[in-house]
Amino acid sequence: MSELLKIDGLKVNYGGIEAVKGVSLTVEEGQIVTLIGANGAGKSTTLRTISGLVKPREGTITFAGENITGMDPTEIVRRGVTMAPEGRRIFPDMTVMENLRVGAYLRRDDLTDDLNRVFELFPRLKEREWQPGGTLSGGEQQMLAVGRALMAKPRLIMLDEPSLGLAPLVVKSIFDIIREINASGVTILLIEQNANMALQVAHSAYVLETGRITMTGTGAELLADDRIREAYLGKKS
Amino acid sequence: MGKTLYTPSEKRAGRVIAVVLLAALYVLLFLLDNVLPQNSFTLMLIPVLKKGAIYSLICVSMNLLNGFTGLFSLGQAGFMLIGAYAYAIFSIPKAQHEAVYQYFHGGVIRFSIPEALQSVLGADLGAFLGAVICIIIAGLFAAGFAALIGIPVLRLKSDYLAIATLGFAEIIRAVFQWDGLGVVTNGSNLLRKYTSFSDIRVGSLRFTTVFPFLIATLCILLIVLLINSSYGRAFKAIRDDEIAAEAMGVNLFKHKMLSFVISSFFAGVGGALLAMYQTTIQAAAFKTAMTYEILLIVVIGGIGSISGSCIASFLFIACNEWWLRFLDSGSFLGVSVPFFRDGFRKVVFSVIIMVVVLFFSRGIMGDRELSFAGLIRRLKRKNTAAPAAADETGGDAS
Repeated sequence: MSELLKIDGLKVNYGGIEAVKGVSLTVEEGQIVTLIGANGAGKSTTLRTISGLVKPREGTITFAGENITGMDPTEIVRRGVTMAPEGRRIFPDMTVMENLRVGAYLRRDDLTDDLNRVFELFPRLKEREWQPGGTLSGGEQQMLAVGRALMAKPRLIMLDEPSLGLAPLVVKSIFDIIREINASGVTILLIEQNANMALQVAHSAYVLETGRITMTGTGAELLADDRIREAYLGKKS
Repeated sequence: MGKTLYTPSEKRAGRVIAVVLLAALYVLLFLLDNVLPQNSFTLMLIPVLKKGAIYSLICVSMNLLNGFTGLFSLGQAGFMLIGAYAYAIFSIPKAQHEAVYQYFHGGVIRFSIPEALQSVLGADLGAFLGAVICIIIAGLFAAGFAALIGIPVLRLKSDYLAIATLGFAEIIRAVFQWDGLGVVTNGSNLLRKYTSFSDIRVGSLRFTTVFPFLIATLCILLIVLLINSSYGRAFKAIRDDEIAAEAMGVNLFKHKMLSFVISSFFAGVGGALLAMYQTTIQAAAFKTAMTYEILLIVVIGGIGSISGSCIASFLFIACNEWWLRFLDSGSFLGVSVPFFRDGFRKVVFSVIIMVVVLFFSRGIMGDRELSFAGLIRRLKRKNTAAPAAADETGGDAS
């Protein structure tokens, strides 16, 4: 397997503080990689830096062999990196269909196949096709955010806290779909506070604490680790 | 892309109705111009229709920026002024230059586009094409200036953008009134004698009312097409959530600039039409109050609704210039009312506006569009609770 995304010594200032203090990680093509950590550990900042929304102070980001550090978001999306941002951030006054089409904004080819694929993954979105995004339930909005990110035909899709604020059953179905998307060949970088779910689906995992990677291993390894169980899964060892 | 899914047959029927109504409107306008007798009714109706059409275009251009791209800009009067002046300056006949620029030795621009075309194409076609070309030039000047100030101004957000554009509009007004530029702008004096609506004719047939409707319909149609294109989707995405739009690969600055420049182009066209309507223009008239008036119409019509802006424009102009005039006249239905005197119309008007803003804060249309396809559906299924009708069809039926 080949490296799709490689981050080396990334340092980012965000909101006046050093939010990321030297993160290095590798995402292999075809895998689900998760980045877990508490609130404020720097997970979202790392993700925003990869997508170009925030510029790093130091370090390099390499995607498919090309240095994409500090590139504009437009260029990064064009290279096949998209995201479902934290808090979903769907476009509330645009219809579900329009939301999906904006996801494919940089594409000039036919979208029919990809729309069908998204509607196959999320039949609920098909039913709500003509409804404004803001009228959807939390779970449906998350589906829309993931669907929207898929519309750009990405090689790597980054999901920022897809389980946030959702009922356990909905979370489970979202994670099933994440697996399904991955099985279709899309590499996934998953950011989660829900460490239990994330580690179950992830091939490999990184633990981020106050801006630094403190632990790494396969999903199963970390699930079994005592320190992880205590700190993130709330289980006494 | 509307908010309700219509069947192809409903869409087709809606489109047919829109086209038929539009055609009927044009026949009526043509009759008003040529056949129908002039009486006190048509004498009020015709100016209201002309000005309503012009304001529809200007309000839709503002809505493109404020309602669809979410950029709160208050520079509309400034861009209209540029358009009005560019139009007038390039269409004043040579023989009139001495008279118009009487304090500036006839000015420096010594040609007239309609006149030049008239000498080649004949009086009627020359005047028409000349006017159209000058209108396009007017739009281009406004768009060019927008591109220039857009570079610094569009980096500002929300209220600050409004303040900056308002400031620029005032600066434009001051500069155009400056004597130093008098050889081009005629300083603070009137520009007049340029091609106006009454010059648009074929033989003895007049097109004074048809012409502004034609230009306005065409421009609004172009804006509707833009809004329904992928660019329009990007604009709406920026309005709804800038960060998410950026994350989807939408280049924020490029699209804001595009929307700003296009909106200003049509504001310039609107300014040119206003100049044609008034037959004389003066920079002093393009005050901040004019921008507020346009903003008010956009809000009353519904921010994010093209048809709302059009409907509100005609209602606003009709109330302001016609229906509420009796309040100024001192008597009502023959009975003299002591407080009906000059200016009372403005008081009543303000009350109406307050009521609208308080109780219909989303405007007449909200962010929906007038849709004939939706009307058909409603008529067909009166009993079933149909979803809110909303589509773009017929939104241009100004």
